This record gives sequence, C-alpha cells and structure tokens, in this order.
Amino acid sequence: MSTAAITQRTTTAAPARGRVTQAHVLRSEWTKLWSLRSTRWSLLAAVVAQGLLGIAIAAVQMNRWSHLPAHDRLTFDSIDVGVGGYHLAQLAIGVLGVMVITGEYSTGMIRSSFMAVPHRLPVLWAKIGVFSAVTFVLMLISTAVSFFAVQAIVTQHHVQHSIGDPHALRAVVGTALFLTVLGVLATSIGALIRNTAGGIAFFVFVLFVLPGITALLPASVNDSVNPYLPLNAGFTITTSTFENSHHLSPWGGFAVFCAYAAIVLVAAAIGLRRRDA
Amino acid sequence: MIEVSAVTKRYGDKVAVDDLSFTVKPGIVTGFLGPNGAGKSTTMRIILGLDAPTSGTTTVNGKAYRDLAAPLHEIGAMLEARAIHTGRSAYNHLLAMAQTHGIPRTRVDEVIDLVGLSAVARKRAGGFSLGMGQRLGIASALLGDPATVILDEPANGLDPEGILWIRNLLKSLAADGRTVFLSSHLMSEMALTAEHLIVVGRGRLIADTTVSEIVAQASDGAGVHVRTPDAGRLRDLLAREGVTISAGERDVMEIQGLSSDRIGEIAAGASIVLYELTPRTASLEDAFMRLTGDSVDYHASTFAPSAIELERAA
Repeated sequence: MSTAAITQRTTTAAPARGRVTQAHVLRSEWTKLWSLRSTRWSLLAAVVAQGLLGIAIAAVQMNRWSHLPAHDRLTFDSIDVGVGGYHLAQLAIGVLGVMVITGEYSTGMIRSSFMAVPHRLPVLWAKIGVFSAVTFVLMLISTAVSFFAVQAIVTQHHVQHSIGDPHALRAVVGTALFLTVLGVLATSIGALIRNTAGGIAFFVFVLFVLPGITALLPASVNDSVNPYLPLNAGFTITTSTFENSHHLSPWGGFAVFCAYAAIVLVAAAIGLRRRDA
Repeated sequence: MIEVSAVTKRYGDKVAVDDLSFTVKPGIVTGFLGPNGAGKSTTMRIILGLDAPTSGTTTVNGKAYRDLAAPLHEIGAMLEARAIHTGRSAYNHLLAMAQTHGIPRTRVDEVIDLVGLSAVARKRAGGFSLGMGQRLGIASALLGDPATVILDEPANGLDPEGILWIRNLLKSLAADGRTVFLSSHLMSEMALTAEHLIVVGRGRLIADTTVSEIVAQASDGAGVHVRTPDAGRLRDLLAREGVTISAGERDVMEIQGLSSDRIGEIAAGASIVLYELTPRTASLEDAFMRLTGDSVDYHASTFAPSAIELERAA
C-alpha cells in the first residue's frame, strides 16, 4: 500500500466554522425528533387517537340514540366527545415525551449531545421546544378535525354545538394546550429519571395511579386534595362538565398543571447541569 | 493542547482518578496507556466535560470544555462506549451533530466518505458491526475538523483489517498536524503511533515520557549480543574493562556493562571480526509490564466486578 493511499487527508480545504447557538441546537433537535421511527409512530398514534376516537364514539352514540336512557341523552355533551380523544392520545404523548430524552441515555447518545453542547441546558430547552411545538400543532389540528366532525355527526339529533358556543373554543384549544404541557411534564420526568422504564412508570404513577390512591382517603380529605392532582387540574381546561363538584376553574386548574410541569422541569435542569452524563 | 491539573475523581469510596496531572502537547500523537480500570476513560470523560471531577481542573486550548463556544471545532472525541442512538441512521446522527454548530451538510457527506460508510449511511446505526460503529465514531470526531482528536480505545474489539484502518487513520491525522490523544491498554498499538506516552495505573500518573525513553529505561542493563569467530580473544580484551560476560554457544556472548559502540571499537582495535553486534532492548510489552506491574488492580486469578464498574461508572 502506498503512503499516498493511507495518508488520505482528513481535513477540508476551507473548513466552515460554526458555533453553538440555541437556534442551531433547535435545528438539531428537530432533526433528531423526526429521524427516529419510534417518534413517527408515536405521533401518528397520538394523531389517530385524538382525531378519530371522538368521532367513533359520537357515531356509535348517534346510532343507538333512541335506545339511550333519557339521562344519558340529557348529559350528552358534544364538546366533551369532540375533544375526548385526548384520553387515549395522552398516553402516546406521555410515553413519547419520556422517550425523547431517556432514549438518549439508554443508547449513550446523550454523551454526543453534551459533547456538542457542553452547556447542556440548550439541549433540554430545544428538546422541550421542538416537542411542544410539534405536539401543539398536531393536537390542535386533530382536535379541531374531531370537534367539527363530531358536531356534524350529532346534528342528526340536534345536540351539536358551534365553536362559538360557551366553552367550545376554550375546550378545543385547551385540549391541545393540555396535551402539550403533558408532553413537557413527561420530557421533564424523563430528564430527571434518565431511564425509559422508570420514567414511564413515574409518569403513569403521578398522572393515573395517584388519583386512585387519593380516592381511598376519607371523602373530605379527597375532596380537598383531588382537584390539585396533576391530571385533575389539567383536565379542567378541556371540559365544562365534571363528575365531582370539587374542581378548579379551567384556567386556574391549567395553571396548577403548568406549575407541576415547571417544577419538574427546573429539577430536571438542575440535575442535567450537575450530574455526570 | 489539553491540560489536566490535579484531577481526582471518586465514586463513593473508590478513587478512579487520583491527583492526576499532565499536558497533551499540540501537534503530536500522545498515547494514554494503562491497564483496564486505570482511570483512562474517566479522565477522558472529565476532559470532555461529561463527568465533573471531585477536585482539580482540565482545560482544552486554555479553556474549560464547558466554555468552548464551538467544541466540535476545537476537539473531536470518540468514546469507548458507543454514543449514538441506535434507532437513527449514521447520516442523520452526523447531521444532527453538525447542526448544533451550523456545520453544512457537505461536511457530513465528506466525513461519511472519509470513513468509508457511504454505502450504509442511511441505515440504522443499531445494525452496525463493531467496526462500522467505530468508523461512525471517528466520523463524529472529525465532523468539526478539529485540531485535537481524543480517541478512547479506538482499536478495541476490531478485526485485523479494522486495526490496520485505525492505524492508517492515526498516521494521516498525525500527518495533518493534528493533536491526537489516544488511550489504549496495548503498548504495542501505542508504539506504532504515539510519540509521547502518559502511563497511568490505579488512577495515578506512572510515567510522562516518550516511547523510546520507556523502552530505554526498561532495556537498561539488558546487555549486548555479540557473535564472533574469535570469541576467546575478545573475551580476554573485554575482561579488562570489568564487564559481565555470559557465553551462550561457542561463538556467542552476552555482554553487560559496556555499550555496543565501545565493544565495536575494542574489536576493531584488535582486528577482531564481528558477525553480530546487537544492543538488546526490552520488548514494549516487557516495558509496559515493568511500569504497570504493581498498579494492575486485579490480576487474572481474581474476579473483581468492581473493575468493570469503574470503567463505566454512572
């Protein structure tokens, strides 16, 4: 082998020099998000759930309308059904939110990320920013499609609402906001726990298991605690009908939900800066 | 230029790096040598800002790694443990890395070509063989065209073809005038490429010197091998100089206490024909064993999982 062949130059004639900026890191996280198959499937699952679940339920209800008890017909709320896909979509968004960061820890990618961006926090902000923007846009579109389709379906029994009716617009936009902040909470949990199984378990515990546990407490205690649980606080912005009369106001509850996300995010940011990668 | 000053790293009560100081000089290949568990990977992670030292500081080109505005342009690194998302293609991995610095796509294509991954660049990195993974790691390290490159055990687990490839790559990096800091637990691998050596054991500095010096030190007193048809006469002449002579076969001698130059001169003065005149040198592995013999944490007879934990703690 000739030396010419082995000493191939490893450099460029005129290397382009860049530097790390928050905008560059955002661009990088955008690429990272869309270049994984698991992300695309999870987002598709969330869009399908959010877009179609409400429509399917509305179609079945309308089909069986004459057989429904009078009470069920009275309490049928086409806004709730129109945005109700989030009951399923929240799982896809939550799991993806956790994995957006724990996937980097489990594969070692996080070391590449932090070597490129040694201040680390721009990576967290960019991940949260990209994932939030994508979640909000996709969920707003899916929710709107579902809402209007459901109203069209239920027109046959004259129980439809218009987007201009009280609570309707707030519920549609609120559902997208709720799912977005849920995603931020999940990503923050992932950044704090740094392990996919542990992160998802913690996410499920806080959001879905905790309400079941407080339900075992004496009713008086439960009534004062329950509205402040993350999911119960977050739900208020998506609906105007409540089973339990103890609940927070839509924006008040949402603010509490945002506060939870913010607290976990700050804890995650502190950990990210301090812990060994 | 990489400077490590009085760095100590503790994991619980286990000391991985113990008051380690050294400088990696610019423009040459420096080897970072030590047995498994000596703290090499930990030191490299500290240099790269991934792990925080318990005490001490490290700088790259005069700055703490965290304060570099464009780290990929200053220093490229390939760590022993893979640092690539298995679900992403090689191209997208490099693209995402490049985008953090605003490095253009053309450079991504360039480094993919350089390491010979063009055919598989769009495939998921999770399906890569060890050798392909190493190549992708090298591509990441070279992405920002940095003047300094850190490679942690680049030849580890590679087949002979892969090892040859790495060796040639190191030569071309050195030929480009880059600073290369390279860890290994194999002395022979180092001797082929490194000019300077930093030897560690149990997290402590054992030697900070050149390859030839280490070999010379280990060879001290190794003697000179002489073959001559006139062995009896030469022996008498050398005996006056007060040397130790051990004879092997009839015409062969091992001489200690005199340089080969001096033996040659004495033989020439007496018109003695020499067939062989060879200064003995210790093998590199001997030299390495001599240096690190006392500092190997766990010898073969002891099974000690903590050595493995130490290599990749946290």
